[in-house]
Amino acid sequence: MTTASPAAEAQPALLSVNNIEVIYDHVILVLKGVSLSLPEGGVVALLGANGAGKTTTLKAISNLLKTDRGDVTKGQIHFKGEQSNALSAADMVKRGLVQVMEGRHCFGHLTVEENLLTGAYTRGDGRGAISADLELVYKYFPRLKERRGSLAGYISGGEQQMCAIGRALMARPKVILLDEPSMGLAPQLVAEIFSIVTRLNREEKVSFLLAEQNATVALKHADYGYVLESGRVVLDGPAGQLAENADVKEFYLGFSGGGRVNFRDTKHYRRRKRWLA
Amino acid sequence: MLEMIYLDPLFAIEVVVSGLLSGIMYSLVALGFALIFKASGIFNFAQGAFVLFAALTLVSLIEGALFGVKLPLLLAAAVTLVIMVVYGMAVERLVLRPLINQSLIILFMATIGLNFFTEGFAQMLWGAQVKRLDLGIPEKPWEGLRLATGITLSVFELVAAAIAGVLVLGLTLFFSKTTTGRALRAVSDDNQAAMSVGIPLQHIWAVVWAVAGIIALVAGMLWGAKLGVQFSLSLLALKALPVLIIGGFDSIVGVIVAGLIVGASEKFAEVFVGPYFGGAIENWFPYVLATVVLLIKPQGLFGEKIIERV
Ligand SMILES: Nc1ncnc2c1ncn2[C@@H]1O[C@H](COP(=O)(O)OP(=O)(O)OP(=O)(O)O)[C@@H](O)[C@H]1O
Ligand SMILES: [Mg+2]
Repeated sequence: MTTASPAAEAQPALLSVNNIEVIYDHVILVLKGVSLSLPEGGVVALLGANGAGKTTTLKAISNLLKTDRGDVTKGQIHFKGEQSNALSAADMVKRGLVQVMEGRHCFGHLTVEENLLTGAYTRGDGRGAISADLELVYKYFPRLKERRGSLAGYISGGEQQMCAIGRALMARPKVILLDEPSMGLAPQLVAEIFSIVTRLNREEKVSFLLAEQNATVALKHADYGYVLESGRVVLDGPAGQLAENADVKEFYLGFSGGGRVNFRDTKHYRRRKRWLA
Repeated sequence: MLEMIYLDPLFAIEVVVSGLLSGIMYSLVALGFALIFKASGIFNFAQGAFVLFAALTLVSLIEGALFGVKLPLLLAAAVTLVIMVVYGMAVERLVLRPLINQSLIILFMATIGLNFFTEGFAQMLWGAQVKRLDLGIPEKPWEGLRLATGITLSVFELVAAAIAGVLVLGLTLFFSKTTTGRALRAVSDDNQAAMSVGIPLQHIWAVVWAVAGIIALVAGMLWGAKLGVQFSLSLLALKALPVLIIGGFDSIVGVIVAGLIVGASEKFAEVFVGPYFGGAIENWFPYVLATVVLLIKPQGLFGEKIIERV
């Protein structure tokens, strides 16, 4: 296992992934032993380039791999101390772990409010509690309240991301797995969404596991980070240290030494140089 | 076609209204298809056979097929309801669930197989002879209406349309107002996203097939009483096809409206246009209409627009 942060060692992790292997279609080996842990109340970033295996890792945790014909063939995943490999996605949501999928996936033909309400599907605590949480979501995302009656298919990309996060919140989760929230959004919106993530973490005590290609933003808002490459964790550490790490700077933040390098150079280096190798 | 203008307007109204009344019953059959298509993307070819199965079961129970006890209509309907719900859920569990993630053509083939199995199974259980189903609704014209307006409509058609209308209204409310209905629409929009928020697909599909069974029962009762309970009930599927094309496979409202359009226009065409073609255009007219709609608006008049995600 990779070195865990002191904070993560002090208390048992809320979520821990231990050396998992994932195979698609019975033959395509995509994750080759990934381990990570998310402490209670933490915000952990999972970084990596296209195809590194971030989405696969998140879906392995939320048990959404089956519909993609993927299987966890080795290793264990524990959520709140319970081994969770054999549970269904619905069981995970009931236990307090929800994934916000890459590309938002709002229900396009349902209104924004109906989308939010579908998030409460697994709850059994009555209408009163659910409508109170609806108001809570609207407090964090006032724009969703303005658009509550619009079909989710016709709202902007930023609003859809908010809708997808709000929908996950309606399940009253302990953990949200957030897959590429910055995808296709203008920098200002990305900043807005990440600052709401930080608030949700502090005020609502939701822990986050964030998969991101945008390492700059992710490391700014996370306390700890893991770097994935070709299905392996190649680097991990406290977010501040990762942000200072020369390799991370070079490959994910676009810096080399003091100055910015252009994209072509970065790509050129990438083929030869490996993480920590 | 100038003669049309000289036709009795009351007669024209009568034709259109009675067309609308049988149109509601087309909507009912088509609704069974649309529901399953919407929730799981499967075109359930066997829906017509379900109608036959339901009607045969009902009649046989009334006639005393079960331990020789003749059940009264309402009790027989209740027992049939349970059988249809169980049958629908069993089909989902035993046939479709194992085929999950297979290509659509394979699923479609499976429902064709299911169609022939259901037809054969129903006739094996209950026999193949034509049976009469009497719901106790008189077939005679509604006198009050005829005296007041001069329009002749059959009481049976009015009652049947009212029953179908109530069912359709109930389903519409179910979809728009209940948690399960909303979950069902979510599943039909994006099934992995629905799973990601904790909606169990299997549960929703079981509900959908059970509801399809209930719709088949109501359609079987009404059509069985109208045409007699016989093998050809399962051909109602062919009547539903143009309705689905015109309304849009995934639109509940569309299917209802399209049923009305087909019912009214085929009657109208039969009576007023048919004579110019030597009659009997009722059977193929809806297909012509459906083809025209396909050419102009392939997703159907009310089919959901495919929303491009940003
Ligand atoms: N359903 C699938 N079947 C087969 N291979 C898959 C499937 N889904 C993903 N893969 C492969 O697994 C690898 C990891 O994909 P994954 O989506 O987890 O990466 P990612 O880090 O999320 O990338 P991105 O940043 O592009 O979202 C890729 O090589 C991809 O081609
Ligand atoms: Mg991804």
